[in-house]
Amino acid sequence: MNTHNSFDEQFEFTGKVKTYSLAAIAVGVITILAGFLTNNGERTFANLLLMGYYFACVCIAGVFFCALQYVAQAGWSASLIRIPQAFAKVLPVAAILLLIIIIAGLTLTHTTEIEGKQVIAPYLYKVWHQAGVTTPGSENYDPILAGKSGFLNMKFFLVRLVLFLGGYTIFGLLLAKYSETEDDLGGLFYYKKSFTISAAFLVVFGFTQPIFSFDVIMSLEAHWFSTMFGWYNFAAMWVSSLAVITLVIIWLRTQGYMQWITQDHLHSLGQLIFGFSIFWTYVWFAQFLLIYYANLPEESVYFFRRWEPEFKPWFWLTIVLNFMAPLLIIMARDSKRITGVLKTTCIILVIGHWLDYFIMIMPGTVGPQSEWYTEIGLIELGVFVGFAGLFIFLTLNALSKFKSLIPKKHPFLQESLHHHI
Amino acid sequence: MSSTKYILGIFDDPDELMHGIDKLQKNSIPIYDVYTPMPIHGIDAKLGIKDSRLGYAAFMFGCMGGTTIFTLVYYFLAHDWPMNIGGKNFFPIPDFIPVTFEWTVLFASYGMAFTFFFATHLFPGRAPRVMDLRATNDKFVIAIDAKGDVPHEDINTILKEAGAVEVKHNDRKYVSYE
Repeated sequence: MNTHNSFDEQFEFTGKVKTYSLAAIAVGVITILAGFLTNNGERTFANLLLMGYYFACVCIAGVFFCALQYVAQAGWSASLIRIPQAFAKVLPVAAILLLIIIIAGLTLTHTTEIEGKQVIAPYLYKVWHQAGVTTPGSENYDPILAGKSGFLNMKFFLVRLVLFLGGYTIFGLLLAKYSETEDDLGGLFYYKKSFTISAAFLVVFGFTQPIFSFDVIMSLEAHWFSTMFGWYNFAAMWVSSLAVITLVIIWLRTQGYMQWITQDHLHSLGQLIFGFSIFWTYVWFAQFLLIYYANLPEESVYFFRRWEPEFKPWFWLTIVLNFMAPLLIIMARDSKRITGVLKTTCIILVIGHWLDYFIMIMPGTVGPQSEWYTEIGLIELGVFVGFAGLFIFLTLNALSKFKSLIPKKHPFLQESLHHHI
Repeated sequence: MSSTKYILGIFDDPDELMHGIDKLQKNSIPIYDVYTPMPIHGIDAKLGIKDSRLGYAAFMFGCMGGTTIFTLVYYFLAHDWPMNIGGKNFFPIPDFIPVTFEWTVLFASYGMAFTFFFATHLFPGRAPRVMDLRATNDKFVIAIDAKGDVPHEDINTILKEAGAVEVKHNDRKYVSYE
């Protein structure tokens, strides 16, 4: 075992991965432009919202990871905490991007068909943000949505989003900053400070995250509601972020960095991924079973839309990718300790949770395409590739800004270096 | 021939115990078992103890529980006496999943507990197998089978050198059956 690690090693962001991530961003930009030019504006916007949300969620869950480790006073994760901290440093960009997408989606309009009528509607949130929905006497008037307009109106909606995303960003940046200052000064002062703001963040996050996902995703189909939706989204973002953290660590190790990370750290991450995949299924099923059992039309419409023949194969595939795959592949202890197996599972989960968000967003925005296999086309792939490239570029760039890939003076560092399970 | 069956090296401190294990292994003295009042990190790897197979038992018991209740519920509610509940069809699989889950957990946990009792010869009411009663309190005990080729005097010396506070020669394997 190599016991002489260089704690001063700095990540250098150069070479192939830089070229490829920039190329991926270019692919994304071209796809988005092509999407608008080929008159697929609404589909492009839905995909932008999907990836903007996914991107922001992975970064937010990175902040959550840091906060959770501090509050639990966890030792095992101290040597890998730089990775989620890099996610936290990317969060400002992700938050601004998501806000731009949502504001553009709310303000730009196009002519589309809603329930057989030609109407001028915004690209996103057309159900509640369409002109006249809350005006009595208008032909678009909808008493249900008018009743919800105290909460679902553009001003309050945007204020909430700015507050939530801004709040998460501030907490994330503070946690990263305290950890860096701790490296320079040492001592327990910054650890205790991190503990305090982590606890505050968890309280804020626990109450606001469900509302955040109600706003961004659930209000796409504003007539429908589910109180499980927030937790369901939390499980999705947490699992996908854990998978991305693991992938980044595995990749950094193949590049010769972070040699202090052992099979035991990856095993712990694998346990979290496995456990929270089961939790995702639990919450998913809790939402499904209650709606299935009660069979109230205003609730079951959500699953009715997803059981249209165009969406049904993808609907079932999410369960296979996000539940069956981790259950069968990484249940055994030994398979969590094989890097290749863990990596494959993480890639499956990153794709699986993309599909999960896809199933949440698409039926309520663009609706069914002509065939089930045309649901996922070049626009979906291109936007995914673009955002993946952007995420890789920004995260690795943030990682290269750290003076060291390990928090040298973290009080639990030695415990983490000797982590053994 | 002496009547000694087991030689016990009794330690005050887990670090000295680990040191003692190293010393015995260096001298090729086979260790029968080690008894400690609390789990000691890394001791199973050092003694070469195989990974526990309790997980496989849990998996099998879980499968058994899931299959049992699913079969039962199918027989009760779909086969023997179909009932119209809330207008659902007679075999509504989603309705059966919570109870299947619960029984899987129930069988897995009880099965694990009983497998553990069986494998470790523990059971409520049964006298536990203990070589030195202080190993359940504040002492750390290495047990060495006295039948080996190494002279007992040498074992005594090695244990003493490693920091054993006491070396006992037991004439019977377990002291707890009195």
